[in-house]
Amino acid sequence: MHPAASVIIFNTFSGLGFGLLFWLGLGALVPTGMGAFIWFTIAYLFAVGGLIASTFHLGHPERAIKAFSQWKTSWLSREGICAVFALVVMAIYGAGLVFAETRLALVGIIGGIASLGVVFTTSMIYAQMKTVPRWRHWTTPAMYLLLSIGGGALLSGQVWIATVLLSLGAALQIFAWLSGDTRFKASGTNMETATGLGHIGKVRAFEPPHTGTNYLMREFIHQVGRKHSEKLRIITIGLAFVLPVILLLLPFNHVLAALAVISHIAGVLTLRWLFFAQAEHVVGLYYGKR
Amino acid sequence: MTQLPPPSAKKLGLVIDLDTCVGCHACVVSCKGWNTENYGAPLSDQNAYGADPSGTFLNRVHSYEVQPAQGEAQLIHFPKSCLHCEDAPCVTVCPTGASYKRSEDGIVLVNESDCIGCGLCAWACPYGARELDAKEGVMKKCTLCVDRIYNENLPEEDRQPACVRTCPAGARHFGDLGDAESDVSKLVAERGGFDLMPEQGTKPVNKYLPPRPKDVMPEFDVLAPYLEPIASDGKGFVGWLDKALSSLPGGAK
Repeated sequence: MHPAASVIIFNTFSGLGFGLLFWLGLGALVPTGMGAFIWFTIAYLFAVGGLIASTFHLGHPERAIKAFSQWKTSWLSREGICAVFALVVMAIYGAGLVFAETRLALVGIIGGIASLGVVFTTSMIYAQMKTVPRWRHWTTPAMYLLLSIGGGALLSGQVWIATVLLSLGAALQIFAWLSGDTRFKASGTNMETATGLGHIGKVRAFEPPHTGTNYLMREFIHQVGRKHSEKLRIITIGLAFVLPVILLLLPFNHVLAALAVISHIAGVLTLRWLFFAQAEHVVGLYYGKR
Repeated sequence: MTQLPPPSAKKLGLVIDLDTCVGCHACVVSCKGWNTENYGAPLSDQNAYGADPSGTFLNRVHSYEVQPAQGEAQLIHFPKSCLHCEDAPCVTVCPTGASYKRSEDGIVLVNESDCIGCGLCAWACPYGARELDAKEGVMKKCTLCVDRIYNENLPEEDRQPACVRTCPAGARHFGDLGDAESDVSKLVAERGGFDLMPEQGTKPVNKYLPPRPKDVMPEFDVLAPYLEPIASDGKGFVGWLDKALSSLPGGAK
């Protein structure tokens, strides 16, 4: 799959922003007044900034309002509704803390759970794709949720929770990669089923339908850079999980905490790039490519 | 609505004969010709006369080489367009309701004025039947020439998809695959028509007919046995020369 910058930025920053909103809503930290204003501004910049970035890959972003209508079947529609609901509820909760120095506990809990709902509905957009066997697995939503609450815990400075969640995240990500490596083959879709010619013999793509490229090949067949995936996996684990945990376990210092956050973000950006670049769509089979 | 309608009795679709297709791409050209100036936005091209041309097509012809366990490899031309699946995954993922399946005849269409160009339907399609037009920013796909097949302004023989009408080999057939007595259904039953990627669970309406087994030519030339190479291993000077040359580095074994 083509790793589009807009979608990688959306997944990374919105995940962190909604993770932070989750912890704020649950009351893991209860800032008031100016402090609350700063915390909520950071969370909204991340969450909303990512959502805005995601609209850059649309052909007609001006019609985005229509995407709220098909929640009965479409995970993308559910994600949109969930995001607006979470942001409105958390704005009410935040306003209570900033202006009235009052914690509306129930509002916060509803908003916090809805924030996780956004991350879950996002992950299901990918996990539902039967055409991308690597994504169609329980590890996809599990990893999205774990990264979001882990990153949120890191941003909100909860040392022990962040340490535990990021360690779990590293283990789950390694499992997701290794189990994902064999999933395309295990899906049973291959050139023989794609063409229905397997009963004659082994099928090989002889001539493509066109001399140039096309939308399908640009969007679904991404081979460049995949050869570096082993190195990028190590970089991801190092930056997203190991380095932040080490920095957290050192005696607390604001510079180290900032470094931990920056390292985590760089790591998650790499992780998301791999999430797309390594995912193989079955349509590539028609072109004899993956 | 992007909820799929209950399966329609009428299932319009194509039957493509892989035995007959000669790979001329006439269906590709006629499809682009008709659909760029009729239903919905035109099918744009980018850099059409440049070094890196690209464009939107609703129908493309691949060619595959199939190597049986024994015997010669076969070359099979393979036209591919939307299969108008009964369980169309492209329809249910659409967030706006732009993508829909008609309850009356099962044709899968895109309402372009509702399409936000998110591309998710193309992700969900295992067949590569949908292409986002780079100029218009909306999703394009085969309409089964919905603006021809019911069009009473056209002569009756033209009321079929442009690809079917134009195919010089008669490799494309259009009809109601929901009616077991239709010509296309009988053809599918007779020739063992099959689905593409049945394991994806999309239940395609379009069917493909397999290439017929190749004829095996009987030996009929009475002189042929006399034209076989005689010496498999040479004797005398020729034999010595053969061995000497073979023993040189890079020599034939």
